[in-house]
Amino acid sequence: MDFLLVNGTALLFYLFAALAVLSAILVVSSRNPLHSAFALLVSFLAVAGLFFLRHAEFLAVVQIFVYGGGIMVLFLFVIMLVNLHRLQDAKIYGMQWPAALLLAVLFIGLVSWVVAGVQFSPANLSPAALVSIDGEVVGNVEAVAWQLYQQYLLPFEIASLFLLVAMIGAVVLARTE
Amino acid sequence: MVEFFGETLYVYAVVPFLKIIAAIVVVLTIIAYTTFAERKILGFLQVRMGPNRVGPWGLLQPIADVVKLLGKEDVIPNRAVVWAYVLAPCLVVGPALLILSVIPFGPPSSAGPASSWFITDVNVGLLLVVAIASIGVYGLLLGGWASNNKFSMMGGLRAAAQMISYEVPQGFSLVVPLLMAGTLSLVGIVEAQLTQGRWFIFGFFPFGLLAFFIYFVSGVAESNRNPFDLPEAESELVAGFHTEYSGMRFALFFLGEYANMIVISAVAVTLFLGGWLRPFPNLEWLSFLDLGFLPPGLAGFLWFLIKLLVFLFVYIWFRGTFPRYRFDQLMDLGWKWLIPAALLAVVATSIWKVALL
Repeated sequence: MDFLLVNGTALLFYLFAALAVLSAILVVSSRNPLHSAFALLVSFLAVAGLFFLRHAEFLAVVQIFVYGGGIMVLFLFVIMLVNLHRLQDAKIYGMQWPAALLLAVLFIGLVSWVVAGVQFSPANLSPAALVSIDGEVVGNVEAVAWQLYQQYLLPFEIASLFLLVAMIGAVVLARTE
Repeated sequence: MVEFFGETLYVYAVVPFLKIIAAIVVVLTIIAYTTFAERKILGFLQVRMGPNRVGPWGLLQPIADVVKLLGKEDVIPNRAVVWAYVLAPCLVVGPALLILSVIPFGPPSSAGPASSWFITDVNVGLLLVVAIASIGVYGLLLGGWASNNKFSMMGGLRAAAQMISYEVPQGFSLVVPLLMAGTLSLVGIVEAQLTQGRWFIFGFFPFGLLAFFIYFVSGVAESNRNPFDLPEAESELVAGFHTEYSGMRFALFFLGEYANMIVISAVAVTLFLGGWLRPFPNLEWLSFLDLGFLPPGLAGFLWFLIKLLVFLFVYIWFRGTFPRYRFDQLMDLGWKWLIPAALLAVVATSIWKVALL
């Protein structure tokens, strides 16, 4: 029981991480597009679990809401509407798999190199940094909002402007039939 | 946390477990008798008797229904996708019951979390409610698809389109009480209504009222009830996404629908109607309504229950009153009326709130 108490967070981390990776593999290896979509959903939810473990509650809940409840439902909607069954006969592995493998290995190498070289400061490693403003504990939502609207206001507004442009573009494209 | 078998085990494991069981049992009982009340009230509205054979005034009818459903054959269609077919009803009921964990049924207690009238209070409570509720649509979509039946398929697609559309105005309307309270914790929102001395439906008049109206209309659409019950429109789609389901699996869909009704009503009560507070918490001379002779917390729970039951009655009343919408009318209402109105309420409340600072 003591072992579970001390290592509970780590065990849950490995559980969710394994779930996320396994379902991500299923997304690309499954022949049925609906199975892929559900594997993607499981992957999203597992990542939300990882966020919860790091005390990023806001991010975790938004992950469930936006990816789990919004985007994946639209994916499933489209898959069911066009009734994708022909993929069953298609080849999963095309001609480019050696190049893809090479790129994947290079990418993993790059990411590990960067991660190994970075010195994470203690503030980034402790959950307390995610729930406090200037050392005062307020909660994750408030801390995220403070960072977004005080320190990173300009990038945040630029990003939202981009989204607005994309939305208007979609409307314009849909109108000119 | 080290002395796990002392105080902490009791507070963090035993008490929440018992509370979860109590919440589920109470909600399932309410669901059983909501189906009975629905048939009785619809009978009254249509000038007929309703169920009156099993037990006095038909009061044992829900038990008879459950026994019947449990005893029925569980049919799985030949060409159904079995894993999805079996999983779908659970995906409807699970999220609805999960939301109960953050609903404050009664006030917190000064004696500590063990004797408070809710299972847990999290600082992202409101967002968590919306997020978990948005998962519920998978059950309908998957059930409709897995049945391998065109009516079920159409019902599932309708459910998905409808629930995605109405999530947007619902989300916006939830921002209004959030702005008034300044916290996402559901307990905190009710306490803010106590300190501000008014239910949020009356706050920033008329925007609180507008937000409440939008929330409840979207809530009726989210739970696929009349007049928005297009996913299961029996005259067009036989029974929509649950055409092929029988026995206990069908009952689970049914259970999920009623659990969703209860959850939506409970959130509306918490956010707009003061949760466990009595009417007009600012008026001193009404303090006899606090029912001080009851054990602490029980009066709050009773107020919560009364408001919840009023909502359930309104749901049934809707069903007896309104004809069903057409699908394009449904989409028009959601996108062209509710979303702009909700945006107006959010913007106006924000400006008002900033002006007050």
